[in-house]
Parts: sequence; C-alpha cells; structure tokens
Amino acid sequence: MPITVTSRDSALTIALSGEIDHHGAREMMAQLDQAIAERLPTRLVLDLSGVTFMDSSGIAVLLRSRRQLEHTGGELRVTGIPAQARRVLDAAGIGRLISLE
Amino acid sequence: MKAIDQVSVAFTSRSANEGFARACAACFAAQLDPTLDEVADIKTAVSEAVTNAIVHAYPDRLGQITMRLRLYDGGVLDIQVKDAGVGIPDVDQARAPLFTTGGEERSGMGFTIMESFMDSLKVRSQLGKGTTVTMRKRIARRAGAPR
Repeated sequence: MPITVTSRDSALTIALSGEIDHHGAREMMAQLDQAIAERLPTRLVLDLSGVTFMDSSGIAVLLRSRRQLEHTGGELRVTGIPAQARRVLDAAGIGRLISLE
Repeated sequence: MKAIDQVSVAFTSRSANEGFARACAACFAAQLDPTLDEVADIKTAVSEAVTNAIVHAYPDRLGQITMRLRLYDGGVLDIQVKDAGVGIPDVDQARAPLFTTGGEERSGMGFTIMESFMDSLKVRSQLGKGTTVTMRKRIARRAGAPR
C-alpha cells in the first residue's frame, strides 16, 4: 500500500495508490500518521488519483487524517478522487466533513 | 424462483481474502455484461459485507465465510455473505450510519454503502450462531446485448 509524500514549506501532499480496503488500511494509517507527525503540516493534500478501489475503510483513513490535522490546526483537502471512490464518499456524505475536490 | 446459475465459495476470515471475494463476485457478474459502474458497486458492497464478517463475526479467531452468488431471470444478481460467528446483538443499531464497534479503522458506514450500492439488503443474525447478509442488484440489459 504505497504512499508518496511531497512537502513544500508547511504544506504536505500525500499520494495514495492501489486498493484501500480493511486489509491495507491499518498500514496506510500508520504511514500517514508518521508523515503528519514528522512534518506537522498546516495544509495536507491527499491525492487519490492512483487509488484503484476504495471501500468504507478509505473513509476511516480520511477521517483519521482529518482528526490528526485538527490536532495541529491544519487543513485537509482531498483531490484526484476516482469515480468509484467518489461514489463511496458521496454515499457516506463525507463532503460535509472534508473538502473534496 | 430458480437460479439460472450459482456459485458458492468458502474462505477463511483473513483480511487478505477481501480482494479475493470482490474479484470473485465481479467475475460471476461479468456474464450479465454490467457497466463499469455496476461492477464497482458490486465489488464495493461485497467488500463491505465480507469485511464486516472478518472484523465482527470472528473477533478473536479465524472462522469460515461463505459467499453464494446466484443469478435469476431478468439480470437479477443475489449475493449472500454468511458467517457462523458471534452474531449481531442489535441489527437495526448496526445498520445505522456511523455506528461501529470496530475502532478507528472502521467508519461505521458499511451497511449504508451496501444499501446505497445495491437494490436491496437483508440482514439476519442470531447471537452465537452467525449472520447472513443478502444483497440483490438488477443489472439492466444494455441495448443490443445478448443474454
């Protein structure tokens, strides 16, 4: 479950790829936790354009990142959302909680 | 109603089998010539049902999960995911959005997504005996497509 981290000033972009399900979610959360804790970004962009499948485990990943950012006073945006992941996020009404682009 | 075709697969409640179950359901549904969106809906709903069984039915041990796929006239696909685990104490509560006992790794949206992506969802559960989730989706026949 690879993630790619790019940072510029206090902004962090993390590209997620592959399938996000319960099987891989724990490792992905740990990687995200570490990246956020190391850099304490004021802005975090999660780029989902490389995600080939996502179920509600992906929602848990996003909500956890949001909570982490709230602790540091940062802002979370989610970009590059593929159609299947968008349908999952829309069904759960996540757009009310997180900025989806 | 007699099924035109059916497949049953049984697998251990290991999280690595979530992807197997998704792929299996998608392959079976392929004979209906579904759209990419319909395939994605089926895979997502199966992933939720199987993950629920893995996380909640067998919290302290590995157990068996059976997925039965059945096809009926008119492009009706039934997917049944059955476990012999601990059962759900309150099915209505479990189906409520955001309710979870699975900790931070679960969002509590599994049943909501199954309901959204399939035409119908039935959940039968008995404490100590297990849970059966049955989902139905009708795959619309596309113009000119043989069936």
